[in-house]
Amino acid sequence: MSVSTEDGIELTGVTKRFVTPTGSTMTAIRDVNLRVGAGRFCAVVGPTGCGKSTTLTLTAGLERASAGQVRVFGKPVDGITPNAGFVFQTDALMPWKSVLDNVALGPKFRGMATRDALAEARRWLGVVGLAGFEDHYPHQLSGGMRKRVSLAAALINKPRLLLMDEPFSALDVQTRAIMTNELLRLWEQTRPSVLFVTHDLEEAISMADLVVVMTAGPATVKAVYEIDLPRPRGAVQDIRFTPRFLELYRQIWESLREEVERTYALSAAATARRAAS
Amino acid sequence: MSDAPITPRGGPAPAFEVEDPLAVAARRRVRNYKLTVRAGQIGTFIVIVAGWQLLTHFKILDPFFAGSPWGILLRLADWAVHGTAYGSLWLQIWVTMEEALLGFAVGVISGVVMGVLLGEIPLLADILGPYIKMVNALPRIVLGSIFVIWLGLGLPSKVMLAAVLVFFVVFFNAFQGVRSVDRNLVANARILGASRLQVVWHVVVPSATTWIIASLHVALGFSIIGAIVGEFLGAQKGLGLVIATAQNNFDTNGVFGAMLIIGLIAVSAEGLMSIAERRLLAWRPPAATETSQAGL
Ligand SMILES: Nc1ncnc2c1ncn2[C@@H]1O[C@H](COP(=O)(O)OP(=O)(O)OP(=O)(O)O)[C@@H](O)[C@H]1O
Ligand SMILES: [Mg+2]
Repeated sequence: MSVSTEDGIELTGVTKRFVTPTGSTMTAIRDVNLRVGAGRFCAVVGPTGCGKSTTLTLTAGLERASAGQVRVFGKPVDGITPNAGFVFQTDALMPWKSVLDNVALGPKFRGMATRDALAEARRWLGVVGLAGFEDHYPHQLSGGMRKRVSLAAALINKPRLLLMDEPFSALDVQTRAIMTNELLRLWEQTRPSVLFVTHDLEEAISMADLVVVMTAGPATVKAVYEIDLPRPRGAVQDIRFTPRFLELYRQIWESLREEVERTYALSAAATARRAAS
Repeated sequence: MSDAPITPRGGPAPAFEVEDPLAVAARRRVRNYKLTVRAGQIGTFIVIVAGWQLLTHFKILDPFFAGSPWGILLRLADWAVHGTAYGSLWLQIWVTMEEALLGFAVGVISGVVMGVLLGEIPLLADILGPYIKMVNALPRIVLGSIFVIWLGLGLPSKVMLAAVLVFFVVFFNAFQGVRSVDRNLVANARILGASRLQVVWHVVVPSATTWIIASLHVALGFSIIGAIVGEFLGAQKGLGLVIATAQNNFDTNGVFGAMLIIGLIAVSAEGLMSIAERRLLAWRPPAATETSQAGL
C-alpha cells in the first residue's frame, strides 16, 4: 500500500444506537473498525439490515456515532463531511426539479453561477448517457435512468469521498455492466476514496481494492480482503472469469455466507417465536 | 455510453400518425360522453329554474318567501341600473372582492411563513402550539365583532376577519407539509452543500407546496365568507351589507340575487386558482383521470 491511510476514511470503535419509538435502544452497528486509504475503492458487503447504510450515514456526517470516532481526511466528523458525494439507496432526486436542475444543484449550492452550473450539469448528463433528457422530470424516467441522474448529481461536485449505497441495484444487467465500467473509468480519473455498498459480491470484487465483510446485525467488521487484481481492470465482465477472481470469490463468499445464513436463521427464529406467542 | 439502450428526446411515439380506426372510435366515444354530461347539466338547470318559476307563478310556493328566478333577474337589473341603497352595484362587488382578496393574501402569506417557521423550528412549535390550538378552537366568527370594535366599520376589520379564517387553513397545511418532507431529500441537499436556508428554499418549501396548494381552494372560499360575514357584522358598503339589508326588508329576491353574484365570483376565482395550481404543480405525474384525457 503506497498511499497513506491517514488521509482516507478511518472508523475507530464506532457504535451506533437508535432510539426506537417504544423508547428502547436498538444497536445498528457495534465496534466497527475500518481504515480506507485516500483514493482507495472499498466495497462493503453484508447481510440485509446489518448496518451498511448506517455506516455510510455516519461517514457522511448525517448522523453522529454513539461511541467511537469517525475521521475523514484526517479530521473528526462533526457536521456534514465536506467534499463528499452520496448516492442514496432510495431515490433522492427533487421531483419538482427537471433532470438538469437536479444535477446542477451541487455546484449551485457551492456558489457557482447558475449558467456555469447548468453547462456543467449538461456535460455530466452526457457522461451518464442521458443527453436529451435535460427537461424531463424524474417521474418521467425509468428507475435505472433516475439512478444515473443521481450518480451525475453526486459526481458533479468532484467529491474526494464518494459514498454509494447499492447504486446499481435498480439497473438491468446490461446497463449495470456499462455503468460499472463507466464508474471505474471516472474513478480512475479523479481517484476519490470510495465506500461502495452492494449485495452483489461479483460487483464488489471486480471493482474494489478492498472488500469488507460485515457480520449479521448489529454489524461489526468481520474480515477485510485485499483485492490484488491488476488495474486498470478494463471490462469487469471479462475479469470475472480469471482464476484469481474465482479464488477470491470463493474465499469471500465462504465468509459472507455464514453471516447471511445467521441473519436468516435469526429472522426465522423471531418469526417462529411471534407465531408461537 | 453511446450504446445505452435509450432514445434521447424519446417521449411516446406520436399517437395518431396514421388514423387508427380504434383511436378514432375511442375519441368519438369520449366526445359523445362529454356532450351527454354537458346536456345533462343544462337540462338540470332548466328543470330547476323553470320548476321554481312555475311553482311560484301558480302560487304553489309563496313568492314572498321563495322568491322567483324572474324576480331575482328584475332585482339584479334594478341594482345594475339604479344602484343599491349604498351606491352602485359594481362598487359593492368591488368592495367585497377587495376585502376578500386582501384577506386572502394576508392570510396565505402569514400562514405559509408561520407554517414553515414552526415546521422548521420544533422549539418554536412546542412553545406556540397550545396557543395556536386555543385560538383555532374559538368559533372564529366572533373575532369579527372584536375586529369591528378595534378597526371600525371600514375595510380593515373585514380584511382581518378574512385573513384569520384563511390563516388557520393555510398554516396547518404548510406546517404539516414541512413536517412531512422526505428526510432523504434533505440529507441529499445537505451533502450537496446546501445551507440551512437553501434547504428550506429548494427542498422544504417546494415539497410543502403540494400541501399548501391543496389548502388554497378552501382558503379562497373562507376569504369570501370572512368578507361577507364581516360586512354583516357592521359595514358601510359591500355585498354582505346588501344581503343584510335585503334580509331586514324581507326582500327574498334581493338575498338570492346577492347570493348569485357571490357564487359567480367564487366560481371564477376557483377557476383562476385551478389554472395557477396546474402551473405550479406541472412537475407532478398526471393523476389517473387526467392521463386518459391527455392521451386522447
Ligand atoms: N433512523 C433509524 N432509526 C431506528 N433504527 C434504524 C434507523 N436506521 C436504521 N435502523 C436500523 O438499523 C439496522 C441497520 O440498518 P441499515 O439501513 O444500516 O441496514 P443495511 O445493512 O443498509 O440493510 P440493507 O442491505 O437492507 O440496505 C436496521 O435493523 C434498521 O432497522
Ligand atoms: Mg441499506
